[in-house]
Amino acid sequence: MSDEKRKPTPEEKAAAAAEARAKAEALRKLREQEAQASQEASQVEPSQEPQEEVSAPAAKPVSEMTPEEKAAAKKAAAAEAIAKAKAAKEAKEAAEAETPVAEQQSEAVATPAKPVSEMTPEEKAAAKKAAAAEALAKAKAAKEAKEAAETGADTVDSAPDADAKAKAAAAAKAKAAAAAAAKAKAAREAGGDESGDDDAKAKAAAAAKAKAAAAAAAKAKTAQATGDEAPAEEAPKAPSKNQPYLDKYVSRISEAFGQEVIEASYINELGKEVPTLTIQNERWYQVAQYLRDDEQLSFEYLSDLHGVDYEDRLEVYYHFYSYKNRQSLAVKVKTSREESKVASVMDLWHGANWNERETFDLLGIHFPGHKDLRRILLPDDWVGYPLRKDYVQYDEEV
Amino acid sequence: MNHNILTTHVDTSSETGLRTEEMLLNVGPQHPSTHGVFRLVVKIDGETIKEAIPVMGYLHRGTEKLAENLTYTQIIPYTDRMDYVSAMTNNYVLCHAVETMMGLEIPERAQFLRLIAMELNRVASHLVWWGTFLLDIGAMGPFLYAFRDRETILDLFNELCGARMTFNYMRVGGVKWDAPPGWIDKAKEFVQYMKKELNNYHQLVTGNEIFINRLIGIGKFDTKTALDYSLSGVMLRSTGVKWDLRKDEPYCIYDRFEFDVPTATEGDCMARYHLRMAEIEQSLRILEQALEQFPSEGEVMGKVPRVIRPPAGETYVRIESPRGEIGCYIASQGKDKPWRLKFRRPSFTNLQILPKLLQGENLSNMVAILGSIDIVLGEVDC
Amino acid sequence: MNTLLQQAPSWGTTLWFIVAAVLLLAVVLGFVTYAIYFERKVIGWMQLRIGPNRVGPLGLLQTVADVAKLLLKEDIRPQHADKALFTLAPILAYAPAFAVLAVMPFSDSIRFADLGIGLLYYIALSGITVLGVITAGWASNNKYSLIGGLRSAAQMISYEVPLVMSVVGIVLLTGSMNLKDIVEAQRDVWNIVPQFIGFAVFIIAAQAELNRTPFDLPEAESELVGGYHVEYSGFRFAMFMLAEYVYMFGMGALITILFFGGWLPIHPSLDFIPGIVWFILKFSIYVFLQFWIRATMPRLRVDQLMSFAWKVLLPVALFNILLTAVVVSYQNGMF
Repeated sequence: MSDEKRKPTPEEKAAAAAEARAKAEALRKLREQEAQASQEASQVEPSQEPQEEVSAPAAKPVSEMTPEEKAAAKKAAAAEAIAKAKAAKEAKEAAEAETPVAEQQSEAVATPAKPVSEMTPEEKAAAKKAAAAEALAKAKAAKEAKEAAETGADTVDSAPDADAKAKAAAAAKAKAAAAAAAKAKAAREAGGDESGDDDAKAKAAAAAKAKAAAAAAAKAKTAQATGDEAPAEEAPKAPSKNQPYLDKYVSRISEAFGQEVIEASYINELGKEVPTLTIQNERWYQVAQYLRDDEQLSFEYLSDLHGVDYEDRLEVYYHFYSYKNRQSLAVKVKTSREESKVASVMDLWHGANWNERETFDLLGIHFPGHKDLRRILLPDDWVGYPLRKDYVQYDEEV
Repeated sequence: MNHNILTTHVDTSSETGLRTEEMLLNVGPQHPSTHGVFRLVVKIDGETIKEAIPVMGYLHRGTEKLAENLTYTQIIPYTDRMDYVSAMTNNYVLCHAVETMMGLEIPERAQFLRLIAMELNRVASHLVWWGTFLLDIGAMGPFLYAFRDRETILDLFNELCGARMTFNYMRVGGVKWDAPPGWIDKAKEFVQYMKKELNNYHQLVTGNEIFINRLIGIGKFDTKTALDYSLSGVMLRSTGVKWDLRKDEPYCIYDRFEFDVPTATEGDCMARYHLRMAEIEQSLRILEQALEQFPSEGEVMGKVPRVIRPPAGETYVRIESPRGEIGCYIASQGKDKPWRLKFRRPSFTNLQILPKLLQGENLSNMVAILGSIDIVLGEVDC
Repeated sequence: MNTLLQQAPSWGTTLWFIVAAVLLLAVVLGFVTYAIYFERKVIGWMQLRIGPNRVGPLGLLQTVADVAKLLLKEDIRPQHADKALFTLAPILAYAPAFAVLAVMPFSDSIRFADLGIGLLYYIALSGITVLGVITAGWASNNKYSLIGGLRSAAQMISYEVPLVMSVVGIVLLTGSMNLKDIVEAQRDVWNIVPQFIGFAVFIIAAQAELNRTPFDLPEAESELVGGYHVEYSGFRFAMFMLAEYVYMFGMGALITILFFGGWLPIHPSLDFIPGIVWFILKFSIYVFLQFWIRATMPRLRVDQLMSFAWKVLLPVALFNILLTAVVVSYQNGMF
């Protein structure tokens, strides 16, 4: 049931990230915006991905808009509306990342099918108990507000052109965000009498900040996901069941290394919703070490490692798994084609040894730090790297 | 394929003044116990292995490169030739990856056929392992017993898809052929027969004192090492990690059936032997249920576009092959051919621990340890 | 034969010796031919196969064809092999295997040398074979064969000790090392009964002496590809094969004589059946047992093999000697 999604190009990602960072402080206005959020939901932020493709099932849920709305959405792109919608979304995501209470409560009310495998921290469980009734009411209100916002939008099937689709998706997302804002508030109130509340809030803020970059990068994606799920389940659902994990990873890493090490982060909708991060090449080794050793991440298992040639760059793809947390993570590290270098993680995960050799063998990516980097599948005297797109076989007789 | 490793020659003098010399021994590429064209350069002191350097690539066919110029359907036969002992799971992992990207619905009957084919193949694969492993240990008989029973499975496959080893059975969106009339009954018969036969296997081999003594405590490693070396499948489960992708990340329709994930804590060759035998049992259990619930009618091919074009993006899926975790990564650019296709081959990854395990062991154990890893060279070299 | 041996040497007697030796060789070769055939058939049946069935009726000529092939094959010698030793090794392995047959009493009348120390002679000569094996392993200039040769040396020397020890009990009981006397002493009860411990040790050690499963480490094909004879082909390889099977013949004969009462019938009332038939029958049971074990058993590991010989078999054999000595002393009224 996964919907199709085009991966944002690096330029888009970078731009989005920059924009998002600038707007991150909109977070502070969160409280004021809550009230406005539901109205703003109807305002659409223009899609950042003009050529986004939407598959049939994904297209169905896309909301129809009145011509006025469309026009408004197309032209206006009102910067403040974006900022606010985003802030709302951030709040929502922060809430999801750091206060699963809200999520669970709203689920209890509205979403029967949402799988939450992550353990709720105990303090939160306590908070949940303490303020259960109150939060419940709030969540319900949030849901109602959202549904109200959606009613006009949910009735139509596939929009004819991709542009409209994208916009519509964005609209749906905005709506969901509004709802989420309400939810966040509920969460906050739920935890209001909790001693660790301030702490949680601070965390939420940090997460939200970090999330901003990711949110921008994966905006269309989340928007679409929301647009897809919301009408289907009629619930203020998270974009993906793995979103909280992604947020957690992003926040942990950016806390430790600063958010610039994460070049992009998104949920790979095509790959079983695996949280995917693109990590800065220069800091990769430290991040990798952190991924393995950090208590909350502890990705002790490297499932796969290989390289891909994208013609303008090479990428090394890592697929990690944490048996402790039962969670997957995909990491990509980019490198240039001319001087391809990615730090070896062989001494962190021994399983990377041959995989790195294979990647070196077939793609010519060098792994500084690897103890025994030589060809593994091809003969030692082989010329060239066959999996590169510009590879021409060297033949003595030609 | 590194040739300079052959030139290193180390002399050591023992304390008694006797000059002893370490010897480099080339095990393979043509050697009865390397299960294919795998070469192991071992540095031995007497019969004790000081160092082992695996050399591979003799069977490298560049499947991943070839795949870049083939449509997805055309790649399926190539997957058969990777792990040729368990080609069905390879078929499946590729189809599964494409289906995951495209969000395709697979018809019920096709799901069942796939699952039955995969489980039968798992049994067949473990039988091959059992036979060859015992052949490595020096027992000749079990090999032929195993192959007799595997033959029945191959006959079943032959009826199902017209091939005995390289099946090319699954397609994106379903399977190529429906089960012929009476096939399900034959399969049921086989499951019952195999259950009985498995007891005979145990009686023939499992309690044998020589056999036990050769395996207990050999090739031992712990969970931490297993995870560090990215081991999967039985190699991982033998150290006590209860992890089976069929159970923990259910694909196909595995979540509908009852089965256990056998684990052991010893982490030695004996544990791996027992686990594989227990897995045959569990596979038969799954088969029994699946054959019972097999839908009487239905499509075997889902609605699939004429030209298979997964959307631009990438995916990585992993499933449980008899040898461990087989993964398939596809980077698509929206074309009918993959931009990059990569298989995570369990044999290749599991083999990495071999040099570590061989250190300090003697030559006879080398064979037992290599056998217990259960590699297929077609998959190692890909 | 005995009378011939005691006569003054003359052309006539020498001719007789040669004729007798060739006759025995023919018998032995016939045995080897059909032992191989039988082995392949038996193991084939045990392993759900048919076994040889193409050459001749029921495949009876299969081994003949195989031997002919081996004899017609090109004689290959590795380039850096030690020529002299490489040539000598198969002879060194084969000759003692054949020579031990000289003292075997196959029946009351069919026997060659009636040596007073027949048993000792057998054991002493059979020890030479290991030299052939080591020489082959060394001379081939191949690492696998070297390992195989050394394994074999270690194994054969180790197992020779319990093998000899296990028959000491019989010598004590009989009071003679003459194989004929040993058989005659079993008129009442076969040695397998009073000397069961000795029998168990002997049969295990014999298996190791013969390098057969589960002690076939020297030629463990899954580890060492072929062991000491990996570089041999053609008739030199045939010599090794022959040595192995002649050895099996010798060991079968010895075990029949020592433990199964040689040519004696199961019960005196069955005396009308010629002794040689009884001998062949008992002998065949042992040979069949060999094949049976080969079809089912896995192989021991080299270190386990050694510790088994020294830590298990030898003490058991020594205990057997002690026990027998005590019993014999008691019977002789020493207590």
